[in-house]
Amino acid sequence: MAAHLKKRVYEEFTKVVQQQHEDLSAKKLRLTKPSKSAALHVDLCKATSPADALQYLLQFARKPVEVESVEGVVRILLEHYYKENDASVRLKIASLLGLLSKTAGFSPDCIMDDAINTLQNEKSHQVLAQLLDTLLVIGTKLTENPSVRMRLVEVACKLQLHERGLKLQQAIYCQACKLLADDYEQVRSAAVQLIWVLSQLYPESIVPIPSSNEEIRLVDDAFGKICHMVSDGSWVVRVQAAKLLGSMQQVSSHFLEQTLDKKLMSDLRRKRTAHERAKELYSSGEFSSGRKWGDDAPKEEIDTGAVNLIESGACGAFVHGLEDEMYEVRIAAVEALCMLAQSSPSFAEKCLDFLVDMFNDEIEEVRLQSIHTMRKISNNITLREDQLDTVLAVLEDSSRDIREALHELLCCTNVSTKEGIHLALVELLKNLTKYPTDRESIWKCLKFLGSRHPTLVLPLVPELLSTHPFFDTPEPDMDDPAYIAVLVLIFNAAKSCPTMPALFSDHTFRHYAYLRDSLSHLVPALRLPGRKLVSSPVSTSITPNEDPSQQFLHQSLERVYNLQHLDPQGVQELLEFTIRDLQRLGELQSELAGMADFTATYLQCQLLLIKALQEKLWNVAAPLYLKQNALASAAAKQILEETYKMEFMYSGVESRQVVIIHHMRLQAKALQLIVTARTTRGAEPLFGMCEKFLQEVDSFQRCFISELPHMQGSFVDKLLDLMPRLVTSKPSEVVKILQTTLRQSTFLHLPLPEQLHRATATIIEPTGESDNPLRFTSGLVVALDVDATLEHVQDPQGTVKVQVLYPDGQAQLIHPKPADFRNPGPGRHRLITQVYLSHTAWTEPCQIEVRLLLAYNSSRSKASAKIPKCTWSDSTEALPLSENGIEGTIPFSKPVKVYIMPKPARR
Amino acid sequence: MPEIKVTPLGAGQDVGRSCILVSIAGKNVMLDCGMHMGYNDDRRFPDFSYITQNGRLTDFLDCVIISHFHLDHCGALPYFSEMVGYDGPIYMTHPTKAICPILLEDYRKITVDKKGETNFFTSQMIKDCMKKVVAVHLHQTVQVDEELEIKAYYAGHVLGAAMFQIKVGCESVVYTGDYNMTPDRHLGAAWIDKCRPNLLISESTYATTIRDSKRCRERDFLKKVHETVERGGKVLIPVFALGRAQELCILLETFWLCLQPLECFMQDNPFRSSGNGQGMKKTWSSCQATVCKELWGIRFSVDNASWKWKDDKYAHADAKGIMQLIRQAEPQNVLLVHGEAKKMEFLKQKIEQEFHVNCYMPANGETTTIFTNPSIPVDISLGLLKRETAIGLLPDVKKPKLMHGTLIMKDNSFRLVSPEQALKELGLAEHQLRFTCRVHIQDPRKEHETVLRVYNHLKAVLKDYSVQHLPDGSITVESILIQATAHSEDQGTKVLLVSWTYQDEELGSYLTSLLKKGLPQSTS
Repeated sequence: MAAHLKKRVYEEFTKVVQQQHEDLSAKKLRLTKPSKSAALHVDLCKATSPADALQYLLQFARKPVEVESVEGVVRILLEHYYKENDASVRLKIASLLGLLSKTAGFSPDCIMDDAINTLQNEKSHQVLAQLLDTLLVIGTKLTENPSVRMRLVEVACKLQLHERGLKLQQAIYCQACKLLADDYEQVRSAAVQLIWVLSQLYPESIVPIPSSNEEIRLVDDAFGKICHMVSDGSWVVRVQAAKLLGSMQQVSSHFLEQTLDKKLMSDLRRKRTAHERAKELYSSGEFSSGRKWGDDAPKEEIDTGAVNLIESGACGAFVHGLEDEMYEVRIAAVEALCMLAQSSPSFAEKCLDFLVDMFNDEIEEVRLQSIHTMRKISNNITLREDQLDTVLAVLEDSSRDIREALHELLCCTNVSTKEGIHLALVELLKNLTKYPTDRESIWKCLKFLGSRHPTLVLPLVPELLSTHPFFDTPEPDMDDPAYIAVLVLIFNAAKSCPTMPALFSDHTFRHYAYLRDSLSHLVPALRLPGRKLVSSPVSTSITPNEDPSQQFLHQSLERVYNLQHLDPQGVQELLEFTIRDLQRLGELQSELAGMADFTATYLQCQLLLIKALQEKLWNVAAPLYLKQNALASAAAKQILEETYKMEFMYSGVESRQVVIIHHMRLQAKALQLIVTARTTRGAEPLFGMCEKFLQEVDSFQRCFISELPHMQGSFVDKLLDLMPRLVTSKPSEVVKILQTTLRQSTFLHLPLPEQLHRATATIIEPTGESDNPLRFTSGLVVALDVDATLEHVQDPQGTVKVQVLYPDGQAQLIHPKPADFRNPGPGRHRLITQVYLSHTAWTEPCQIEVRLLLAYNSSRSKASAKIPKCTWSDSTEALPLSENGIEGTIPFSKPVKVYIMPKPARR
Repeated sequence: MPEIKVTPLGAGQDVGRSCILVSIAGKNVMLDCGMHMGYNDDRRFPDFSYITQNGRLTDFLDCVIISHFHLDHCGALPYFSEMVGYDGPIYMTHPTKAICPILLEDYRKITVDKKGETNFFTSQMIKDCMKKVVAVHLHQTVQVDEELEIKAYYAGHVLGAAMFQIKVGCESVVYTGDYNMTPDRHLGAAWIDKCRPNLLISESTYATTIRDSKRCRERDFLKKVHETVERGGKVLIPVFALGRAQELCILLETFWLCLQPLECFMQDNPFRSSGNGQGMKKTWSSCQATVCKELWGIRFSVDNASWKWKDDKYAHADAKGIMQLIRQAEPQNVLLVHGEAKKMEFLKQKIEQEFHVNCYMPANGETTTIFTNPSIPVDISLGLLKRETAIGLLPDVKKPKLMHGTLIMKDNSFRLVSPEQALKELGLAEHQLRFTCRVHIQDPRKEHETVLRVYNHLKAVLKDYSVQHLPDGSITVESILIQATAHSEDQGTKVLLVSWTYQDEELGSYLTSLLKKGLPQSTS
């Protein structure tokens, strides 16, 4: 590699450039009189080497150029620039361009675009530096020029210079400020950006306030100016300004707080804002009745002189931004609020009212954005009751995205009073009855709500459980989602509030035991008096490694790996038990489900392999018992399927696991080969199969060469030792060798990665409960809304498909659009798409099945990602096709039945 | 000095009866033609006799512009066009044209059928009047005649409300009508480009108010409605101004409230008398009570949430909004109408202080004159332009340039042509104006030697000019002639006669001053 690099470096410096200028000189020039440009052109064309060209350019630079011919000369130079291969000549041309643009009376706007273009394409650093110099010259010259385009170009140029890492001078700040009042929106927009850049570069330098002796920090001044642009005439500028405000965190806090401040007045008398009134009402303990006349009546008189209607500063910038008519501006303002509030807790407190107000926006996107924003800053805030009221009103929103975002928000909200908790619970239960599909999300939300506010929940418990000091109350229905929701809230609060269980009635304890079992992810372990401890007392503070279930998992695996030399019967039984245990563990402990399933699948493969090898068929010498092999070949097939599942359905699988999976697959293929060999007569078909198998062994070796040392005594290890013999032997011998190796090989230990999650999908819609068939005319299409949540799916856009199975066995595979996937959180995706159905006429309604598939392609797998590296020097043809081309799908959701009825078309 | 004259016939320091006369560059335009709610006598309509005492108004007005369909902006239109008499064009936007006749008809019915007044315009008159209306689109430039053009901008006050730019040559006036700078659910914010008019005529209803965010108010209102409906109650929402009902409907619909029992009463009279909100409130409360009792016989409560919709500054720009519009349009002068004098005073002071532009607030019938400084375009003949540019440097945008030519003002047009062409066109003979001057030089030598010395001297000094020594003993420098004669009395003194034309004044005077300094001591 080093040699290779070196070679390239030499190439760069010693390149002999053959310039093909000779034939160019034949070109006819349109200029009638011999001008400077023509002469230069001819000169340059005559140049046979870079040195020559450089000489001509140097000569040329000594003579002055008349104004009229500057443009022509510049064109010629640029033309040569593009063709020139030699960096030094390009450098000289770049410097000449700078010189020429200084010529009095010449306006360099015509070469601006070219200069910027060259900047983008240039590779040599020296030439780049020179070009930037040239641009600076052009830029300074353009400042004197009035045309819009030039101003635009100038600002753009400065921004580009900044992006290229050149430090801008502070002196251009004033200029940029003047451009804020430009007639053209592009110029204003660019100027806003430039000011922002400067404010980031020189935040602490001091600038004077015009028409006064005072001075302020540049970042504050810039902040005020950008705030002012939030009420610009063009929405493009407004969006830009609002966005940039968010990233100006260095601004001083009193400027920041001004952005939310708007002095209200009515007939020149100071008025309180609705926000202030609400706050006052709240602090005085009174409920807003809205029935009092004049609670918004203007109060004190305002000194007319003191009112400043157009504040020079930041006053009310966000108030305006959040009320803007374009939702883009509103979103940008909300985003900016979010960023600023994250860095300043006091600002977060102040902007809360405004954010809550945004929950009523008419555009869903804005509502969603403000809910997300609120969630992000929720650590810094506590919701007042009236604010909570507004927040909770959004639960009635018909959009699932919004409701779920709100649940997430409630998960991390601080509520100040017990009434607040009660209100939240009531609203969430209302939400639950209105939209039963939100169940999981609401339970989760209540879990956090409970664990955050144990002391606020405590006084509510008797009411929530409807217990009575004297009377026994009827036992609530345990399957009622609303009751479960209440219990989730209470149990989570009880976790850190030991006095609470005393308030529970008998059936509550029973329900606790049931829920702890069935919804273990929502119900924590509690220490209950007079009850058998469900878990050890320390369980609340243990680290995951010490978690008993995790220990159990490891112990059972240890057991399996250690006891592999038992008699076959014993091994089989042990495997069966362990698989059962693991599966049960996966159901109980959702966080270990991935791990448990993964290992269970692996053990299952092993079990199948052992079973297949125990078949009596192997003891019969002749391949006579054709039916007997059914189990063995089925086992081989199933192992193959399971290995694909293991490889592609789990996120977090590392290369160590991939090796084991591939190894298992190799064993399955060996098994297949043996079975085929025993059941077919004649050796001809075996030749091809053997060869293919050996190729696979070869490619396995190449891909996982680094892992081979860990695989002592394994199937492949033994096989590789026998490789020279295998290659030369006949198929029948190969089969024999394989058979013995397969039996003798040891069981590989499957190391577990840190995190392993199984990809799962749940179809929320269609629910499959409808008895009314979906009727449509045959031959036409009907759109079926599909709504599903996907968890732990990597790259769902590429892999997730929807499959529709018709009763006649016809299957249809639909690729959802990338835009149909949303990403509400890490590792989670949501698919909302439409599936088009069509069929010929049926006589009666029938059910079709809709399910989600995970498509895989073995060439995309983690293992084969290495192949190109291994085969760098070899020809890629050596790669076995089987490794490349296997594509398939794994169903990973429960199928949902949809009742449909294509009617015959009426004629 | 060119000027723009503005005379409000209504809405000057007052709300209602909007009617503003504007004379700009010889064109007379009437902006709005509204009625006044407060009066039932002749004062309800603008005093059109101000324009002319007798006869029709068509000859005195070039066009009439109606900003929106509220009656205080268009209520007097049939009276004005049919009863007083006006046949010229009336401009309004399409929605205004559609809604305006309905409101006028309503107004007529109440006045004639309910109040029993006579001598009022009839339905036929409304129809005839609407026939004179020309509908315009937003941002469409309409050429009223060859010089006068108008353009409508979005005002956001009600459906179809527009601001109008009236432009003659390079002088322009913008009339805002009623506008709103805060977007509603069904209307956007007013918008205007940086058209830099000479004068901006702005409404100022809420000149001394800065309003609160609309969101709190909406939420309050919705909560009230929701609670009432949940209790099984009915909601009666009095909606004052036409256009507010839509806003409410959209608002309620967005929140998916099933409000079957919601009754929307549209008030007959879409105009609010300014200032006595409280009084109106009480009247309406009692009215509500009666209605409720009569219709449903149930208990009712009056919530003030709904009142905020009327009371608060909806649909009009507040002080900040007005300032924002001024900032957007960048006018040279501002004139306030459609507001109370006291409030205008405050805003006027603020505008002058913050924008450094003149601000006016004329009362009804008071004329405000604004002097403008329009640039006057002049056609220049191509030949002259080429000749002049050939002499000096290339023209520079920033520097003024001096050139010789003749300005011909004929048939209301200006042309700059070369003197020769001007003479030819006007049929005049050319007169030459020559200056002559005698310069005395002490030189004892012969005349022709003196001439030679002078010639050499001039040749040395004036390198760039063609200096010639003619055979008849005279010298020419360009067109300047120099002759030398001996002084009749003193042979040692030579008299140099320098003669030049008016055009060469500069060179001629330079030459004389040069010669007066005397000749250098000869070296030969």
